[in-house]
Amino acid sequence: MRSDQTARSLRPAAEHFVAPLDETPLQKVDAVDTTATPRSMWGEASHNLVRNPVFVISALLILLLLFVAAFPGVFTQYDPTKGDLSISNQPPGDGHLLGTTRQGYDVWARVLYGTRTSLTVGFFAMVISTVIGVVIGAFAGYVGGWVDEVLSRITEIFFALPLVLGAIVAFTALSNGVGTVTIALILALFGWTNIARITRGTVLSVKYQDFVTASTALGAGRLTNLAKHVLPNAIAPVIVTATVNLGVFIVAQSTLAYLGLGTGSVSWGGDISDAQPALRNNPMMLFYPSFALAICVLSFIMLGDAVRDALDPKARKR
Amino acid sequence: MSTTTAPRAGEQPATDEAGPLLEIRDLDITFNTSSGPVHAVRGANLEVYPGETVAIVGESGSGKSTTAMSISRLLPNNGKVTGGSIRFDGKDITSVPLGQIRALRGSEIGLVPQDPMSNLNPLWKVGSQIDEALAANGVAKGAAAKQRTVELLEEAGLPDAECRAGQYPHEFSGGMRQRALIAMGLAARPRLLIADEPTSALDVTVQQQILDHLDTLTAELGVAVLLITHDLGLAAERAQHLVVMYKGQIVESGPALQILQDPQHPYTKRLIAAAPSLASRRLVSAKDRGAEGEATGSGDGGAAPVGGSDAPAASADGGAAAVAATAAATPAAKAAASDADTSGSGRESTGTDADIVIRAENLTKVFPLRGKVPWRSTPFTAVDDVSFDLRRGTTTAIVGESGSGKSTVAQMVLRLLEPTSGRILFEGRDIAGMKGREMMALRRRVQPIFQNPYGTLDPMYSIYRTIEEPLRLHGIGDAKSREAKVRDLLDKVALPAAMMRRYPNELSGGQRQRIAIARALALDPEVVVCDEAVSALDVLVQDQVLHLLNDLQAELGLSYLFITHDLAVVRQIADRTVVMEKGRIVEHGTTDAVFHGPQEEYTKRLLAAIPGGSIPLAGSETIEVDVDTDVAESEDARAEDVDPHHPLGGDPEDPFTGAGHV
Amino acid sequence: MIWYIVRRLLQMIPVFLGATLLIYVMAFYAGGDPIQAIMGDKPLSPAVQDQLRAQYNLDKPLIVQWLIYVGKVVRGDFGVGFNGRPILEQIQTAFPVTFRLALIAVAFETVLGVIAGVISGLRKGTWIDTTLLMISLLVIAVPTFVIGFVAQFVLGVQLGVVPVNVGRDASVVNLLLPGFVLGIVSFAYVLRLTRTSITEVATADHVRTATAKGLSRGGVISKHIMRNSLIPVVTFIGADLGTLMGGAIVTEKIFNIHGVGSVLYQAINKSESPVIVSVVTIMVMVFLLTNLIVDLLYAVLDPRIRHAK
Repeated sequence: MRSDQTARSLRPAAEHFVAPLDETPLQKVDAVDTTATPRSMWGEASHNLVRNPVFVISALLILLLLFVAAFPGVFTQYDPTKGDLSISNQPPGDGHLLGTTRQGYDVWARVLYGTRTSLTVGFFAMVISTVIGVVIGAFAGYVGGWVDEVLSRITEIFFALPLVLGAIVAFTALSNGVGTVTIALILALFGWTNIARITRGTVLSVKYQDFVTASTALGAGRLTNLAKHVLPNAIAPVIVTATVNLGVFIVAQSTLAYLGLGTGSVSWGGDISDAQPALRNNPMMLFYPSFALAICVLSFIMLGDAVRDALDPKARKR
Repeated sequence: MSTTTAPRAGEQPATDEAGPLLEIRDLDITFNTSSGPVHAVRGANLEVYPGETVAIVGESGSGKSTTAMSISRLLPNNGKVTGGSIRFDGKDITSVPLGQIRALRGSEIGLVPQDPMSNLNPLWKVGSQIDEALAANGVAKGAAAKQRTVELLEEAGLPDAECRAGQYPHEFSGGMRQRALIAMGLAARPRLLIADEPTSALDVTVQQQILDHLDTLTAELGVAVLLITHDLGLAAERAQHLVVMYKGQIVESGPALQILQDPQHPYTKRLIAAAPSLASRRLVSAKDRGAEGEATGSGDGGAAPVGGSDAPAASADGGAAAVAATAAATPAAKAAASDADTSGSGRESTGTDADIVIRAENLTKVFPLRGKVPWRSTPFTAVDDVSFDLRRGTTTAIVGESGSGKSTVAQMVLRLLEPTSGRILFEGRDIAGMKGREMMALRRRVQPIFQNPYGTLDPMYSIYRTIEEPLRLHGIGDAKSREAKVRDLLDKVALPAAMMRRYPNELSGGQRQRIAIARALALDPEVVVCDEAVSALDVLVQDQVLHLLNDLQAELGLSYLFITHDLAVVRQIADRTVVMEKGRIVEHGTTDAVFHGPQEEYTKRLLAAIPGGSIPLAGSETIEVDVDTDVAESEDARAEDVDPHHPLGGDPEDPFTGAGHV
Repeated sequence: MIWYIVRRLLQMIPVFLGATLLIYVMAFYAGGDPIQAIMGDKPLSPAVQDQLRAQYNLDKPLIVQWLIYVGKVVRGDFGVGFNGRPILEQIQTAFPVTFRLALIAVAFETVLGVIAGVISGLRKGTWIDTTLLMISLLVIAVPTFVIGFVAQFVLGVQLGVVPVNVGRDASVVNLLLPGFVLGIVSFAYVLRLTRTSITEVATADHVRTATAKGLSRGGVISKHIMRNSLIPVVTFIGADLGTLMGGAIVTEKIFNIHGVGSVLYQAINKSESPVIVSVVTIMVMVFLLTNLIVDLLYAVLDPRIRHAK
């Protein structure tokens, strides 16, 4: 002990201070707070979400886009696939809200119907890629060993083929007619790797947590644990990435359409490509579908950001 | 209550030559959080004189680290000093420009941070991280700095310093990193060293070495130390002056011994009563306390309290044995078969196999470790020929430092790991061969409680679902009966039933650990494996949970296999102690025998390293721990909020209150 | 370190084989008739079809075909296009152009992305952070080809400060704007990633310790915050090269650059499967190689990886 050392002599009279009890009331050890309302992780996340203006705006935009995609006919009487060369290159107004294209298509109608293509491709590709990615990533991370080696190599193989390049190869092979769902499948085929990597990572970090071990010690089987404890705890970052992926798929689809690898149905990318030669004379033709595309992608990226903030474990009290 | 008044600001001439090196007056620190401002520190006063060691003691969240960090302005961005003053060397530095603070950092005020694992930059060599401290404070540069760094590392007690300086942090053990951090903190020879829990992440023996070294070093250099710790024993051993903090306020401060021997504030009393390092005997369960109210409370008394009314009286050949018998006697009624052998201390040595719930025989676990080349692995023997018994209704503690293999043993007992050789018998049957239904039956009877309260509960599950999960898994009862059972279990662990709908993130560490206990008890197990179950908890909460575990043992006849690094806790809870080192059993015997007559050098070292063990506690029997009656909140005390058996939770008449575990 | 490199190299082999198999199967079999995939929609006599079958080894089992193909690829034989020119020859002239373009893009996204990200991360919550974040969101949301047109239209057509078409003169100066356009989406991602990484590291314990040592703010940032937070950014840039390759097709089309992307684009227009397969295979090889380099760089930056066996 250092109490015998000379250094202490510097301190004047050894005062013993005791705080008055009324200023420092003693509380019960580890008292339970029964006042706050109980809140699950998702409950708390949604509580935070509805208070986040970024979420509210992006969610409202997405709802609007969904409605437009489902019922584009509500907003226009024109058929976007019927060109009327007699009304080619009309300025906005006069029945055609945003004017017409060189082929005599109604621009407003094409923007509206383009929503349907983009959202359909985006949603299908997102759902399929998420399912593939979660299954492969979860098994790789949870089972480990050689299963992990094999699944990780498979993931790397698909990762080695970047989204647009892979889609180009698949596309050219399927030259005779590619439907909206096929394009979504193709995008999903090359777009699941980031989901798999993230799932694998989070599953790896969750599977060694004590609550999983505790569940094993209670008699739960490996698959039960994966389904009931590991996956639910690993899914939050997957949801965030899947949301952002949706935007990425929409961009990829429009890029393919721009490169002439379209589906035949009305799409923003194709319209942007068509408007390019007329950029000098009629830049607005380019602007409308671009604007729609940007709003759509922005909504999903902002939604992803908002969900990330709401699910961030660091933002939550432990 | 308060006997001495605080020295208030202005009473002392701050600029005096012999004045304090550090003087904190009426310090307020506020954090801006999303849920509004939080007053982390309120009206704190303390001073540190040149060359002395002052310890701030408190639980997590008491504001002790915050106070210390505010001195050299190291608070997180959302934290601010909102009142009071900090004077260093007579100069008010509360609101001087940041540049002046920076000039003090390192050269005048050094820091030894808490967690050695996260406080070194993993990307830089250890040596260069000290070099840069030297360069930044203008001590030395280039080759001279490198030379000085090696000297500093040597001085901090790091062997082979020259070679070590060129290594990266991940090549260092925890203790070595902490030594490097000490070298770093003292590199520019500061006059004040802030040591924030400098050893709390380390093994006791390493902790002792490092603190001894720090003591000598700071004494030689005349450095004043502001030691932040949660460990009262450690603080008392290392500091001349103690400052006790509680919920952001300083509740008591004064000479270390005086505070320890004559605490005035009820919180300090509470803390001293609960500190396991200062306790010297096994806990007595509430049941026995109630039944044998007149029994003596002294540590080596001869009278043995008897548990169950139908059990024969225990003989009196040693305190611990008698206490062990107390716990052992209760389930005797349940285990009728072994009735004949349940008499007194005799069971410790002559009990038949029928008492033995779990027997480990020559357990060995070998892990393949990656070798120098990928295709060849080097075997690492984590557990080497370990044998022990766990008797029904008693606690066997396996104690050891990190790397001793104690947790691997626990995992094998829980059959989460298969032993390489040797076997584990549960009631005489080898668990290795069990499959299907038999295995499920074993799972029901052997349950774990883990260390980390933040990892032990699934954050997605409500408390109800957490406790109900085992019942559901084993198909026990219907929804209604399960809910009744959950209520009952919550009651057992002294938590209100209203807790059911809550989620783990709303609970404190101690409360989570109680939920984990409730979950473990849901299947009415016979054996509970506690793997460092209380190690992560604050002293008071730890004390509460230990009492709870002890009471549950008496009530339900549980057998505990208690895995811990903390000898002080072992003394409170265990009947038999197994000391492990590097995978092997070093010593094995009754807790009393191990503590009072350790045979092996290693055990002796471990015992000597318990902080505060050597502090003379004048009149420990006389410390009357105030119960909640004089506490502001006590009038609306809800019985279910606190463990009713806890000495601070009620039962003012209980003669064991306070004395029982001091 | 040596075993780390060996392991990464060994792991690359199955990935390379798998990727080529994937491309091969997709290109020639996904559509059903490989002959049609090779020759497009031209009507062919049965005799010509048989001859083609033999020429392209289509009479052999799939695995054998693929092995022959891989064997050729490894020897640098990528076959000939419809015009009879060896595909490798076409790529050889195009490759340096695309390489320069990609280099400009990577340099731009890395330098500006990291600088903006660091500023944003260190000044979290201020107006500059908000502005940078908004810009990054906009850039991500607006597709590259739109940004490309607008930049070309405003800077090239209206202001005339840059050439509208790059054409044959693919000098670095002429490639500046296309490189900028190519890298701009990745710039936004680098910014966001750096920002997150910086804010995370800035609150790390070891940064506080470094501050407590008496280091200046600049020293703390450069030695302890930057290096630690740039590791994930390095990994991202490696992976992002794939996005750049897809983007190169678009950018080269907009600015009429005769790079690999435009070779690919022309092949797409002509449905020239062998060229598409060869070009994509080469791109995948480059991609795998850069990712290997990034992995090694990662090991250089992080001693923990280096020392892992």
